[in-house]
Amino acid sequence: MALNLALAAVLAALASAIVSLAAHRRIGVLKWLSFPLLGLSGLAAAVAGGMALAGGDAQVAQLPLGLPWLPWQVRLDVLAGLFLLIIGIVTFAVGIFGPGYVSEYEHGDHPLVQLGFFTGLFIAGMQLVVLANDAFMFMIAWELMSLSSYFLVVFHHEQAANRRAGFLYLLMAHVGGLTILLGYGVLATFGGGFDFDAMRVVELTPLWASVAFALAFIGFGMKAGLVPLHAWLPEAHPVAPSHISALMSGVMLKVAVYGFVRVTFDLIGEVQWGWGVTALLVGSVSALLGILYAMQQNDLKRLLAYSSIENVGVIFLGLGMAMVFMGTGHEGLGAIALIAALFHAFNHALFKSLLFLGAGNVIQRTHEQNMERMGGLLTRLPYTGVFFLIGSMSIASLPPFNGFASEWLTFQAALQAVALENGVLRIVIPFTAAMLALTGALSVACFVKAYGVVFLGQPRSRRARHARATAWGMRGAQGMLALFCLLAGVFPNVMVGLLGNVSQLLTGARMASATQHGWLWLTPVSSTEASYSAPLVLIGILLAWWLIWQLLHPRGARSVRRGKTWDCGFGPLNARMQYTGTSFAMPLRRIFSPVWRIDEKVERQSEAEGLRVSRLSHQLQVSDHSWYALYEPIGRLVLVAARRIARLQQGNIRVYIAYSFFTLLVLLWLIS
Amino acid sequence: MTWAGWLLALLQAALFVAAAPLLTIWVKRNKCWLQNRRSPSLLQPYRDLAKLFRKQVVLSENASPLFRSAPYIVFAVTVLAAATIPLISTQLPTTAIADMIVLVGFLAVVRFFLALAGMDVGTAFGGMGASREVSLSALAEPALLMVIFTLAMSAQSTNLASTVQYLHDAGLVLRPSLLFALFGLLLVAVAESGRIPVDNPATHLELTMVHEAMILEYSGRHLALMEWAAQLKLMIFGVLIVNIFFPWGVATELSAAALLIGLVAVLVKLALIGVVLAFAETALAKMRVFMVPQFLNLAFLLALLGALSHVILEVDI
Repeated sequence: MALNLALAAVLAALASAIVSLAAHRRIGVLKWLSFPLLGLSGLAAAVAGGMALAGGDAQVAQLPLGLPWLPWQVRLDVLAGLFLLIIGIVTFAVGIFGPGYVSEYEHGDHPLVQLGFFTGLFIAGMQLVVLANDAFMFMIAWELMSLSSYFLVVFHHEQAANRRAGFLYLLMAHVGGLTILLGYGVLATFGGGFDFDAMRVVELTPLWASVAFALAFIGFGMKAGLVPLHAWLPEAHPVAPSHISALMSGVMLKVAVYGFVRVTFDLIGEVQWGWGVTALLVGSVSALLGILYAMQQNDLKRLLAYSSIENVGVIFLGLGMAMVFMGTGHEGLGAIALIAALFHAFNHALFKSLLFLGAGNVIQRTHEQNMERMGGLLTRLPYTGVFFLIGSMSIASLPPFNGFASEWLTFQAALQAVALENGVLRIVIPFTAAMLALTGALSVACFVKAYGVVFLGQPRSRRARHARATAWGMRGAQGMLALFCLLAGVFPNVMVGLLGNVSQLLTGARMASATQHGWLWLTPVSSTEASYSAPLVLIGILLAWWLIWQLLHPRGARSVRRGKTWDCGFGPLNARMQYTGTSFAMPLRRIFSPVWRIDEKVERQSEAEGLRVSRLSHQLQVSDHSWYALYEPIGRLVLVAARRIARLQQGNIRVYIAYSFFTLLVLLWLIS
Repeated sequence: MTWAGWLLALLQAALFVAAAPLLTIWVKRNKCWLQNRRSPSLLQPYRDLAKLFRKQVVLSENASPLFRSAPYIVFAVTVLAAATIPLISTQLPTTAIADMIVLVGFLAVVRFFLALAGMDVGTAFGGMGASREVSLSALAEPALLMVIFTLAMSAQSTNLASTVQYLHDAGLVLRPSLLFALFGLLLVAVAESGRIPVDNPATHLELTMVHEAMILEYSGRHLALMEWAAQLKLMIFGVLIVNIFFPWGVATELSAAALLIGLVAVLVKLALIGVVLAFAETALAKMRVFMVPQFLNLAFLLALLGALSHVILEVDI
């Protein structure tokens, strides 16, 4: 039943792709056919995923597709169910959000066919990746996902920067795809077949298992945006239309996490703790650098894309911890860390999509991408303002929202490191947890900046001042996601209980004690050790608020007077006197200066006596080290190698005949 | 837990909130005495609060609804944080609602709204204070968490009541890990509650202020709530330090005598730490803003040393 529903979701997404072919210059087709079909697909996927997650038993089926000796197999188990649920919820929200958002493209010659067609294929691809039960189908679905999203990245292809971002994205997706394929190659060679059931059964030698793990880690890590392979992500994600950015950051990164979890925990099976340490360290570095880079961005969507790197880092940190615990024989503790990581993956999908949809809304209303030209939008777009605030609080992991619940669980898992025998691990894990605390505090800083500069203060441009109301569908989609953020944060037990099914499958243990004290309390180990009651926190805050209001708020009309802001008597304040995003981020830029490549130029022109400055210009460019340290050298290497190889091409027919002759000779020698 | 426990929790929270201004004025009085100045009466902060609550609120024309709700959120969350800390007794059902990590989360919520409120009106001061506050606190948070980890490794718990109970029962054992953690927490407390040498609550000098810059645009009851929340925050850190590291006298059972002893003990301990703070503030000068990261790195290093010495030296204790 659940599996059929999941396949129906895939069909609905494909149908949405096909009807979009008729959308040439007819935006109505996109609005009233293709997006509703996507919403339907999302709903079906979410329901199917939820049923599979709650149900327990895996369902298998064969599709009448594929190679003669290798028909496509689909399988829906609890792990696939979780990720199908994530895909479904966000797709549903996008289905509601889309019609209002694409109104922007009503005039002008935007390639609407391309937008609708590839969005449908993209979503179908992601759903198929999660459902695939053999490596062949997995790779085809993976490529479908990567290729169709490429066409969405280059949607605004009239700008050269976007074409460049698209090319980089395509390149990295394929290098990543290649390593994943090689990883499956190792597993398939020993397992004797491409289907996952064979891979699951076979026991690899520790060395080959490590090779398979390393390939999967690099391949999926590249797609998920782990540092130092992340440089493509903040280029590609922000340039797509915003609902696509939401899908890419909110969902596609989770599909990469899914692939990693599937290969490491399920297919390879015997986890080694050394892998865990690798994932732990890479994860915490990604988290820290991701948020530090995010802090320095002034393009709202780029900031969000960098913060996705941070969150993926947090997820991998949790997964690494789970591997360390499992590799050292503490399955129960591994389950806590795994549940924390998967819960964070779920939460990140909710709040990151919410924030990207919010950003899309803001950008559509103001026609500005740069935060420095926004401001004061809370009073102009009140709904988006409130929903974006909820998203910001969730992503900054503030109680009682969902980001905090999963981060709290991650901390609790880290605290269990005392149980490990290895003294180094016992201190490395708390240290990474301290880095996680730093990351969390920096994400508060980052989202205070984002929210403060975009929604508060005075409008910094004419367009921001005249931003007005939004379509209801766009509000509804954000409202739904914001509600889910609150619910997942206030009732974490529901999700944690369901995730117990996944950890049961992967580690053989579940966090039984977590929910045994009822829906009110979350107690990962035992109630004396640590407990968190999000419902009571929410009630406590509201109660205290109400009490203060009742006790201290005077009744009567004269209690508030509006006046001009005090300007110290120097004349009226204007919007340019506010703190900008750049200045807000300056203290952290100075404290952590080695992290970036900072290019700052100040030019000062003085009048004759040098007393009065007549002109002042300030240029600041903050860029990412990995670009210069990793990507450019590789690019140069490829160019040099290409030039060397190009010498083969002489244009002289005799030389070519010589090549053929010697090749034949070598081949003959080889086979004889 | 029984109804008596919840009743005690409520009373204790009320006491916590009511006594917070008292700690602030106590520190101020001590500073005055040390600096040969005449001191205000112990009731002065209450008079100030009462006056502010009576006054009309003047709002800037640019202020958004967030600006008006921030004081309520900040105060409510701070009160909730205070309610989860054992003040006179460890028999506190509210400590189960939020452990030490959630407490850090509460402080982050407070900071988030303070900083947003600072940016709301759109003046340079508010943005400056917000930017400094979030940057400096970002460095304080890992240190605070490392202290919590050190404690949790010893006490096998992040629940505040069980931690205090554990350290109380362990008696007077000199553990290097706790000593380092104490110093780490002292530095973090100074930074987080905005005292000299990190921030000076008594100044409105643009080059130095952090907390005051964020609440510059507030007036009337909003200002009162913000001020009161700041006083509560100082009290929270004071109580954390005295009750975790010097848990003597804290009531471990629900009897009138034990509670009375607990009350007297915590008052004496807070009075002493107030004197220590006054001495430190008189002896030290405010440091430059960009020296603060080094100060907080020191706090983090101390806390890390605490955790390390626990792992190396105290594993089997």
